Amino acid sequence: MSHHKVEIQDVHYRYPDGYPAVNGLSLHIRHGESVGIIGANGAGKSTLLLLLMGLIFPSQGKIVIGDIPLSKKTLPLIRQRMSMVFQDPDDQLFMTTVFDDVAFGPRNLKLEEAEVTARVTQALARVGIPHLRDRAPYKLSGGEKRTAAIASVLSMDPDILVLDEPTASLDPQSRRRIMDLLKGFQHTKIITSHDLDMVLALCERAVVVKDGKIAADAPSLELLTQAELLESCGLELPLSLQGCPRCGLSSSAE
Amino acid sequence: MSNLTNSLYNLRQMDDLADQDTLIHRIHPLVKLLLTLFYLIVVVSFDRYEIIRLIPLCFYPLIVFSLAELPLAPLAKKILIVQPFIIGAGVLNPLFDSQTVVFAGLTFSRGWLTFISIFIKSSLTVAATLLLIATTGMHRLAAALRLLRIPRLFVLQLLLTYRYISVLGEEANRLFRAYSLRAPRQKGVHHRAWGSLAGQLLLRTLDRAQRVYQAMALRGFTGEYFSGAPPRLRLADLLYLILWAAFFLLVRFVDIPSLLGSLLIGASA
Amino acid sequence: MHMADALISPAVGGAMLAVAAGLAVYSIHKIQNDMDEKKIPLMGVTGAFVFAAQMINFSIPATGSSGHIVGALLLAALLGPYAAFLSIASVLLIQALFFADGGLLAYGANVFNMGFFACFLAYPLIYRGFTGKGYSAKKIFLASLISVVVALQLSAFCVVLETLLSGKTELPFATFLLFMQPVHLAIGVVEGLVTAAILIFVWKSRPEILERAASGQALGALPLKKILAGFAAAIIVTGGALSWFASAHPDGLEWSVFKTTGATELETGESLHETLSSIQERTAFLPDYNFRAPAQEAATEAEDEAVWPSINSGTSVSGIIGSAVMLVFAVLLGGFIHLVKRRNQRLST
Repeated sequence: MSHHKVEIQDVHYRYPDGYPAVNGLSLHIRHGESVGIIGANGAGKSTLLLLLMGLIFPSQGKIVIGDIPLSKKTLPLIRQRMSMVFQDPDDQLFMTTVFDDVAFGPRNLKLEEAEVTARVTQALARVGIPHLRDRAPYKLSGGEKRTAAIASVLSMDPDILVLDEPTASLDPQSRRRIMDLLKGFQHTKIITSHDLDMVLALCERAVVVKDGKIAADAPSLELLTQAELLESCGLELPLSLQGCPRCGLSSSAE
Repeated sequence: MSNLTNSLYNLRQMDDLADQDTLIHRIHPLVKLLLTLFYLIVVVSFDRYEIIRLIPLCFYPLIVFSLAELPLAPLAKKILIVQPFIIGAGVLNPLFDSQTVVFAGLTFSRGWLTFISIFIKSSLTVAATLLLIATTGMHRLAAALRLLRIPRLFVLQLLLTYRYISVLGEEANRLFRAYSLRAPRQKGVHHRAWGSLAGQLLLRTLDRAQRVYQAMALRGFTGEYFSGAPPRLRLADLLYLILWAAFFLLVRFVDIPSLLGSLLIGASA
Repeated sequence: MHMADALISPAVGGAMLAVAAGLAVYSIHKIQNDMDEKKIPLMGVTGAFVFAAQMINFSIPATGSSGHIVGALLLAALLGPYAAFLSIASVLLIQALFFADGGLLAYGANVFNMGFFACFLAYPLIYRGFTGKGYSAKKIFLASLISVVVALQLSAFCVVLETLLSGKTELPFATFLLFMQPVHLAIGVVEGLVTAAILIFVWKSRPEILERAASGQALGALPLKKILAGFAAAIIVTGGALSWFASAHPDGLEWSVFKTTGATELETGESLHETLSSIQERTAFLPDYNFRAPAQEAATEAEDEAVWPSINSGTSVSGIIGSAVMLVFAVLLGGFIHLVKRRNQRLST
């Protein structure tokens, strides 16, 4: 259980049209770490996630999850250890009831139906939505959808959670609830986001991606206070570190 | 685009109705599906001049409807919405078949009989079909289809289509709203925007399909679809099936209204 | 274009269901051979797209009216014929269930009419014929327009045939045909133009989509011979099923077949003779049909029967009274259950 590390070694990826989205990127994530991956639009974050999940394969370099190198052959193994929550829950909740969605993964693992039900019940209880079990996904609110999407990967019992923009397009309270939920997870977490305050609150380490490479990699509090660095990468200071519009006082180094 | 909004609303409403928990909702989905099909065959098997013998078949939708505790207005509306097409198809019958018949002392053109017969048949078949989905719901119906050995691939695909109608419908709605705000006096989409508007939606659809596939693949999907264990068949389900089927057969082969009527006349005379 | 349950006979509905199921099984087999699991969500989601796109009003230049699309050819151009056929079948099933748009009995006929011609005739023979050697805006335009028009003409013709074989309406064959074909020519032209516009847009913005869809399904993979063989098989199956039904149910089908053939020649619907003979068959098939109180109607029976025997006043009067009583009873029973349920609900809350 102690080898949930993620090793990305000098990975390159070019899209079929020749655009080099990821350009010699290396990253090492340790067991139990919570890492925020930030960067401007088009910096290569999404491509990085696709590479990490084995949805596309690098043209050069390699990725190792635990001690298993990622390849077509090892995909089933790796996908049991590492799960990804998509940005748009409508992409992730593709079945007609929440139960079937959360059960989709375990059923594909060919578990007994009793075990499947147990896992679903457990996952729904873990995220606090057992009452939504038989609801249709399209009838859920934005926050409920996101929570159900998280449950749908928890039922796979992964060690590593990859989350793409987990707080995007949520109202403030739903966002807070999702953050509290994620904070309670013991998993190794890899989170991409433009919500820098969330990264600051959830991740002890932040990585800035720019032009398909790592531009900075440091503890979140250290990195997210460097206004110049952030600006040069198409970002800005987290709101909580910016000046207060009322009193003009700034809590961070200017 | 009120069309699309209406359709989405309708889908949701039927889905909500199917979420209830009543005697009828609890009946096994396969039993309801088979019974509905049998009912449709019985209704349609009466010939085109038949009116009277169709009447006992009203029992089925009326009883199911009330046992399932469904609201009257939305279902009645749905049944009526379909009727104009039927009326359109049948209304010419009196013109084409003007031979008259003496029916209960009154003179009719036979075309009217066929027209009324079609109208009743259409109401009954539409009612039965809507009741099926309003008391079963899509995912339970999908389980019934699996029990009928309909291939997994088709059932999964059907469920996905059903699931994404609301997502894409909303997307189409937003797109159309954005269009009509900038083209206020047009009724539909101008022909110069045909390709780009629907094409734009199509491209987004294809991208979404790709992401849905990725989400499925990440959870171990390899082309096989494993549905859960089907609901179990109870004695009550079988009884329900047998009783209704027997009733349908009785109505099909015995002219109950005439029997009843002659009994009544005989008794009063 | 959607046929309703009330206008189709069980024989025609059943036969068409068998044909549609056969085509679906064949398509599933073909897709599974490809082993491309990516196609499954693609089919599902594009099916939902077609559902949404069918609701968009495309205004027709210079007419003030608007048109819609069926979408079968569009799907075939994007997914290939097999996946497109299954996709259309799903869309039609959802429409039948939730909107009573075409019924469950007529489902097979609708799938056949709207799926078969577009996916298995127009697409491989016309659309691929134009675009087989590469795409251009002009080729896509002509290919879509002609394919959709041809497919829609064939399916309109099929609707006419199926309706008349079912024998539920009185429309003479020629009249119905003369109505359906031109109407669907107009509809087809609009749908063809919309389809062309969408496909040209897709080709211009993301050419790889159409190219990928076409690869592996070139004309060679779907040879003319196979199509024709499939079509012949479909006809034989239909014919076989129809005649089987006809022998089992002499009342329904022979009559209608008789009627259609009679209608084409005489143009005036059926003759009294045909009615009489069919009624004889039916009464033989259902001997208890004329069941009635023996004493009452003996006097009036004879002359009425000469005009139209199935509705003699004996059955009709008692029938009307009986059915009125039953109807009232059914409504009262329904209302009663409803009330009881309501009360129980109120008591329990």
